[in-house]
Amino acid sequence: MDTFVQQLINGLTIGAIYALIALGYTMVYGILRLINFAHGDIYMVGAFVGYFLAFQLGFATGPSLLGLSVVLVASMIAAALVGMAIERFVYRPLRKYARMTTLIAAIGVSLLIENVFVAKLGAAPRAFPQLLSEKSFTLFGNAAISKSQILIFAVSVALMMLLQWVIFKTKVGTAMRAVSFNLNSAKLMGINTDFIISFTFALGSALAAAGGVLTAQYNPQIDPLMGILTGLKAFVAAVLGGIGNIPGAVLGGLLIGIAETFVVGYGQNVGIPSTFRDAVAFAILILVLLVRPAGLLGSTVQEKV
Amino acid sequence: MKRILLSLLLISSLLFAFACERKGGPGAGGQTGPILVGYYGDLTGRTSNFGQSTKRGVEMAADEINKAGGINGRQITILSEDDEGRPEKAATVVTKLINQDRVVALLGEVASGNTLAAAPKAQAANVPMISPSSTNPAVTQVGDYISRVCFIDPFQGDVMAKFAFNTLHAKTAAIMLDFNAPYSRGLTEFFEASFKKLGGTIVDKQSYTQGDRDYKGQLTKIRSLNPDVIYVPGYYGEVGVISKQAKQLNIKAPMLGGDGWDSTQLWDLGGDSLNGDYISNHYSVDDPSPAIQKFVADYKARNGEVPDALAALGYDAMRVLADAITRAGTTEGPKLKDAINATKDFVGVTGTISLDKDRNAVKPAVVLKLQDKKYIYQETIYPEGMTAPTAPAAVSPASAGPAAAPASSPPKPGAAASPAKAATTPAKSEQPMPSPK
Repeated sequence: MDTFVQQLINGLTIGAIYALIALGYTMVYGILRLINFAHGDIYMVGAFVGYFLAFQLGFATGPSLLGLSVVLVASMIAAALVGMAIERFVYRPLRKYARMTTLIAAIGVSLLIENVFVAKLGAAPRAFPQLLSEKSFTLFGNAAISKSQILIFAVSVALMMLLQWVIFKTKVGTAMRAVSFNLNSAKLMGINTDFIISFTFALGSALAAAGGVLTAQYNPQIDPLMGILTGLKAFVAAVLGGIGNIPGAVLGGLLIGIAETFVVGYGQNVGIPSTFRDAVAFAILILVLLVRPAGLLGSTVQEKV
Repeated sequence: MKRILLSLLLISSLLFAFACERKGGPGAGGQTGPILVGYYGDLTGRTSNFGQSTKRGVEMAADEINKAGGINGRQITILSEDDEGRPEKAATVVTKLINQDRVVALLGEVASGNTLAAAPKAQAANVPMISPSSTNPAVTQVGDYISRVCFIDPFQGDVMAKFAFNTLHAKTAAIMLDFNAPYSRGLTEFFEASFKKLGGTIVDKQSYTQGDRDYKGQLTKIRSLNPDVIYVPGYYGEVGVISKQAKQLNIKAPMLGGDGWDSTQLWDLGGDSLNGDYISNHYSVDDPSPAIQKFVADYKARNGEVPDALAALGYDAMRVLADAITRAGTTEGPKLKDAINATKDFVGVTGTISLDKDRNAVKPAVVLKLQDKKYIYQETIYPEGMTAPTAPAAVSPASAGPAAAPASSPPKPGAAASPAKAATTPAKSEQPMPSPK
């Protein structure tokens, strides 16, 4: 039983990270109908900004909650700026062309970011400094939850609630919903759509960067290509939940995380080796597209943002 | 018009870049002028600590030889190539070193998977290749131009199995292996066979792949089976994280590993979680022998850090090659190969090196305990038929482990008197080694 609970905790931890990244995919899709394939790399950029900040600001020497908060917030801001810059200089000039053009440009941006990082920093993984003391709490039986896992849960829940508040309780959130409903009508109503789109990119990128810094506390190995697979899985999570749907992205992320962990933990009992963990996410993608292309929550509700 | 001009400019600059690529030419591999030795390794990829350390060892040996007048009056020039830790890239850069740079011999790689990709190129071109530290047995089976100066995995897996069973009194073990690395799969196979033969039980085998972000799924499964030890024959990058996540799950069983753990980055990733784990390795920096202490001091003066085993093996590989060139009196492939393969009782810093008929070095292994960023010497385990720590009785081939090196010949009569079991010398002193930075 505690093995099951433990696996559930493990699954929810990585699921929460996927959910944070999936939110960015789904928000951008809701507004622009664009799959921003560079989003996974923003997650990586966030982790690297955190890495360099931790050393620059002298937090790398030992665990400190202050250091962690500063690094987390600063890398979220930095990633938001990067996200806005990508939108401003790549996607906005292409917006008047066919949607496929922007999609291909997104793939180009993704490859560009990865390779600039490899060229400048090398592909060798770096060790992210420990900003949180190493401690585990025993829940019941044998199931343990580490401080870094608690951090991941706490921060991602807080960020998701904040996001919900921004979208439904603020003026800019209302504008985002209007833009996602119909961009041109929103423009006619006097909404500065360029600003709203920019803001959406900033929000999504900040969430991804938070995911990057949080994962780095859980698994301190960071490298310029870490965003590829994680980004793809988060994309699958967004599709699974119903792309364009915010609760769907969270649900999809958690489900992918749990599915992955259970393949590792229990797959061997039914003849699936643990190395199939990555294949599972994509098998789910194919299944969803075949059976329910709109995703789990993505049919009639349509509260796209 | 602007666009056409721009694309023309782009095309011409590309052409120019390719044109510049064709440098050097044949003749460099002749019998005069500097001796070109090719080194290839992972200098920027996932295992770049390996490639960088080995390179520093190789270059240090070459510089020492050059300062002492070179080989038969000729200086050594090392040409380095980065394979980014990718097998396909390893094959490419080795092809370049052979065909374009015309090197007389090759040194590399560390990871067996990369060496296995590059070795057929060297074999086909009749260019001898010495691997400093690839331990998978298949590496030298590629052909007679491929040799190595380290022990092989049947022995290394056996060493850890014996240490776990005899010294740690472990009865059950779980294995966590790097599924795509021939190194890891080889060690798993030999550890498992040896541990079972001793009477132990393998309760579980779990796999991961390089670059995974999360290992708790596998570790939770292992925890539920409560093994005495966990064998993790992987590379430092993943192993450090695995150890950390295992401690987060309150797993108390020590982890055991191989020479793939030995890297300064291990401590950055794993930190205190690594305390109490054990690895098998090629040599110990604590070894009081003057040759080793001189090497350690020289290396520290040169590079500002304590040499890991890979640096020491790189150093030895270069010196074995230099010794063979001296004995052969030529750098022609076939003759040089014969000289390398005839290496006998060469005194290196990682032990006395003699190549057996499978071109593997027959050497003892040390077991080190990880504690507070230090490697603490535990014991030395000798291959079967090689007992005396002082006499260089390394003539007998390694035939360690039940799954043993393929086609191992019976030990020489002189050494046959020793018991079939590998002899172990218990730890006498637990002096900590200087902490690597």
